[in-house]
Amino acid sequence: MDTILNIRNLSKTYSSAGRTLTVLSHINFSVEAGSTVAVVGPSGSGKTTLLGLSAGLDRSTTGSIELNHITLNELSEDERAKVRNLYVGFIFQNFQLLPTLTALENVMVPLELRAEKNIRNRSRELLDRVGLGDRLHHYPAQLSGGEQQRVSLARAFSNNPKILFADEPTGNLDSETSEKVIKLLFDLNEEAGTTLIIVTHNTELAAGTRRIIRLKGGSIIADERKS
Amino acid sequence: MAWRDSRRNRSRLLLFLSSIILGIAALVATFSFGYNLRHDINDQARTLVGADLVIEDNRQPGPEMQHLLDSLGNQRSRERTFASMIYFIKNQGTRLVQVRALEGSYPYYGSLETTPAQAGLEFRSGRQALVDKTLMLQYGARVGDSIKIGELSFAISGILNKAPGRNEISTTAAPPVYIPLRYLAQTGLMQKGSRIGYRYYYKYDSATDIQKLVSAIGPRLEKAGMEYETVESRKKNTSRAFDDFTQFLTLISFIALLLGCVGVASAIHIYIREKISSIAILRCLGVKSSQTFSIYLIQVTGIGLAGSILGAFLGTAIQQALPVVLKDFLPFQPTTAISWLSIAQGIVLGLIITVLFALIPLISIRNVSPLNTLRLSFEPTRRMRDPLPWLLYAMILFFIAAFSRWQMHSWPKALFFSGSMLVTFLILVMVARLLMWLAHRFFPSSWNYLWRQGFANLYRPNNQTIVLIITIGLGAAFIGTLYSVQNMLIRRVSMSASAGQPNMLLFDIQPAQEDSLVSLTKQYGLPVIQQVPIVTMRIEDINGISAEKALKDSADSIPNRAFLSELRVTYRDSLLGTEKIVAGRFETSVKSPGDTPYISLEERYAARIHVKTGDRIRFNVQGMPVTTVIGSLRKVDWGRVQPNFRVVFPKGVLETAPQFYVLITHVPTSEASARFQQAVVRRYPNISIIDLGLILSVLDDILDKISFVIRFMAGFSICTGLVVLIASVLISRYQRIQESVLLRTLGASRKQILIITGLEFFFLGALGAGTGILLSLAGSWALAKYSFEGSFSPQWTALLLLFLAISLLTILIGLFNSREILRKPPLEILRREV
Repeated sequence: MDTILNIRNLSKTYSSAGRTLTVLSHINFSVEAGSTVAVVGPSGSGKTTLLGLSAGLDRSTTGSIELNHITLNELSEDERAKVRNLYVGFIFQNFQLLPTLTALENVMVPLELRAEKNIRNRSRELLDRVGLGDRLHHYPAQLSGGEQQRVSLARAFSNNPKILFADEPTGNLDSETSEKVIKLLFDLNEEAGTTLIIVTHNTELAAGTRRIIRLKGGSIIADERKS
Repeated sequence: MAWRDSRRNRSRLLLFLSSIILGIAALVATFSFGYNLRHDINDQARTLVGADLVIEDNRQPGPEMQHLLDSLGNQRSRERTFASMIYFIKNQGTRLVQVRALEGSYPYYGSLETTPAQAGLEFRSGRQALVDKTLMLQYGARVGDSIKIGELSFAISGILNKAPGRNEISTTAAPPVYIPLRYLAQTGLMQKGSRIGYRYYYKYDSATDIQKLVSAIGPRLEKAGMEYETVESRKKNTSRAFDDFTQFLTLISFIALLLGCVGVASAIHIYIREKISSIAILRCLGVKSSQTFSIYLIQVTGIGLAGSILGAFLGTAIQQALPVVLKDFLPFQPTTAISWLSIAQGIVLGLIITVLFALIPLISIRNVSPLNTLRLSFEPTRRMRDPLPWLLYAMILFFIAAFSRWQMHSWPKALFFSGSMLVTFLILVMVARLLMWLAHRFFPSSWNYLWRQGFANLYRPNNQTIVLIITIGLGAAFIGTLYSVQNMLIRRVSMSASAGQPNMLLFDIQPAQEDSLVSLTKQYGLPVIQQVPIVTMRIEDINGISAEKALKDSADSIPNRAFLSELRVTYRDSLLGTEKIVAGRFETSVKSPGDTPYISLEERYAARIHVKTGDRIRFNVQGMPVTTVIGSLRKVDWGRVQPNFRVVFPKGVLETAPQFYVLITHVPTSEASARFQQAVVRRYPNISIIDLGLILSVLDDILDKISFVIRFMAGFSICTGLVVLIASVLISRYQRIQESVLLRTLGASRKQILIITGLEFFFLGALGAGTGILLSLAGSWALAKYSFEGSFSPQWTALLLLFLAISLLTILIGLFNSREILRKPPLEILRREV
């Protein structure tokens, strides 16, 4: 199977007040296209940093990251932004919708940044698919937490990403809403054939993936695959 | 608790207060300037007058009065002043000036400041003149060159830099030229009809009580139609004039402060919204609502006090610049001492008004329930039913009215000012909302995403868009209106220059010169548009009431000045195109010699001397009594370049009276004007010439000087708007970073973020400038229609430039303060705290 994400010897350190803090150390793993992966670990284990580096949101201190066969380390911030726009989808714990745009407009943003035309229908269909066909013109403040996360789901799939990164997608939701969102996430992922990488504490969510990478102290301590 | 609670927000609180600093600074600067000016006037009044007593008349005194005049003072000087042309012999330039023929050692206090310094005294010793410095520059003249006044030439012995009590503005139209009085007769300019001022300057020994002296001789002088001035009366008059001036500057500064306060109120509103959860937690822990309210009230009072103190000291520094800005209006160099009273007033004023404005958002704290800890959204209570906000609005209005009353010394004026302020604010809010609504409603959905996102950002939660539009808009309205008014005034005069319209006026023409001047005019190919005879006279009595009776009996309500002023009257058998009869009937000529003539009065003049049609006026026409009846009242357009008259006689009455003439012509070019003026001044040195080019340049110069001062003060409003803008950008920093980082995460390039941010500020600046320009158009239209009674044609190019300049400035300030946002790496999105 084709490899969509390939991480080799990845380390990330931060310097603060004259001290060097190693957040990630010598990480190696690769992810096959279409697979689902959960990254779990205690707070401060480096999960979020790993997700950010994998998605090209920051540069690693050492090592290399290949996303869809593109080496991110060699790219400028604007070039990495283009890679994210073309191949990556995101879902965040706190939804991260633009408060000044309606649900429909929020879903359209990734495509509009590419200056694509005729995107309204596709965005509308996606919102229909997540059950918000009647809330197209509502602003985020007018939607519940669960509804906002569904808009965020629709947006994540709007640019047909090759890989989807989700950071605690149910962290701000009650259990009932979480269940619905998790189901929707996996369903959409399966329909689109997207690779899904989830950072989570939620064991139920992690259990839904085919592979679980466990982090502790900035290093991988286990890489479990389901048969 | 208030101190601890503010710990993490001190820099933000500091930002809020920056909005009021400029307003307070402007106020303290004008207060200090005013106090220092009053002090200076008291100190320097003697040098403003130059003598202990000055007596003035516009006619040669009779023997009895002359005897009195000669008996006054321990030292005395005489001066005669009149308008005349001078001729620069070297470069053949001609110019209307005010000739001051002086005899004696005046000024006794202060000096005629000249270059070289001794020229101020020495010019009196020979046929020498002191020429105003702007004239010298204009005509490239040097000390030692010659000028011709009337028939006589004088050597320029010095450049006149400053004369006692004169400011730049007062000498712009007719710059002064001093000559020794003993040569005046030889100039040949003392002819009948020449309008000459007679001035007598007196110096007394220090033991003399001038006030006592003046009260003794005052009634005699007044009866003779003479005016007099002492150091004390000058003090009062100058103080009054500058009180009006500083009052005007204070009110402009106050507007800047009010704008700042609106900015503070808006910022506190956002601050409190963000503090709701902390307040709710405190309430859960058992803190009473009055205690939570006190915590934030103390914080606001603290920032109000700090802002006021900073503003007061900044104002004291700005005060140093005011004399430079106002130098053309001041008859002396003012001092710039620190005024602790102004500082104290500024601080108290700033504190009160900041707290009043901040209380509006603060009182919502009373309604924060402990339940807010469980519920994220904050439900505002129905404020319409809460009487407290209304009470606060009333207090603010009362405070504004009371402050205006303190400045204007009159409740009706203060209420008018406060009412106008309220209406202007309401209109600004309405126009701003309307513009935003229109832009939102009609914003093309097909436009590029970056444009749409930039516009949508104006509606971000907790936005200060309306407040910013108002603050930027008011500044733009100020400048726009100022420019329009200035332009309207200039255009009114320039319009007269259009083809065929009169644009040159020759006056003081003696009867013997009339015919030959007409031929000279024609010889130069110029048309004689009008020849106007002028007869000087005084009013002897009105309906049988003489000046003495009117003085004694105030019930007659005829102002004394009606009898004092010398009138210049014409006679003709038709109305001019610029005149309209508003009451009665215009009599063209008397039916037979000896009939009572029916004269026509200008309507405002008639109102001033309290007469109406049918009233009888007896004139003293240079010794000959002439009884008349007011036959009609005329409305006159005074804006035209032509002699207009308060009183017009019909034909058949004044033809034989001693008179002189005014001739009106049209010169096509400035070269033709210069050639013709040279010819006239050479042949008829007594004739004075006003040409429209001169009026235009003088008007332009004066308006420029006035508008510079207003622009300087309006600058405080605009700067306050920009400070509110900076504060608002920094307050919304967290939200902006979040939005920008999210867009970067979703794949937006740095350039796209920059464009979105730039467009947001462009829309903000454009809406603010648009609101201001719309208001200035409405204001200028109203001024054109009701005040200048002329047609209104907006200066689109200038307004467009103003629009672009304000938009660009807003973009630059916005982007500069957002630069940190553009630099944030997208990884921030995964962190809770940005």
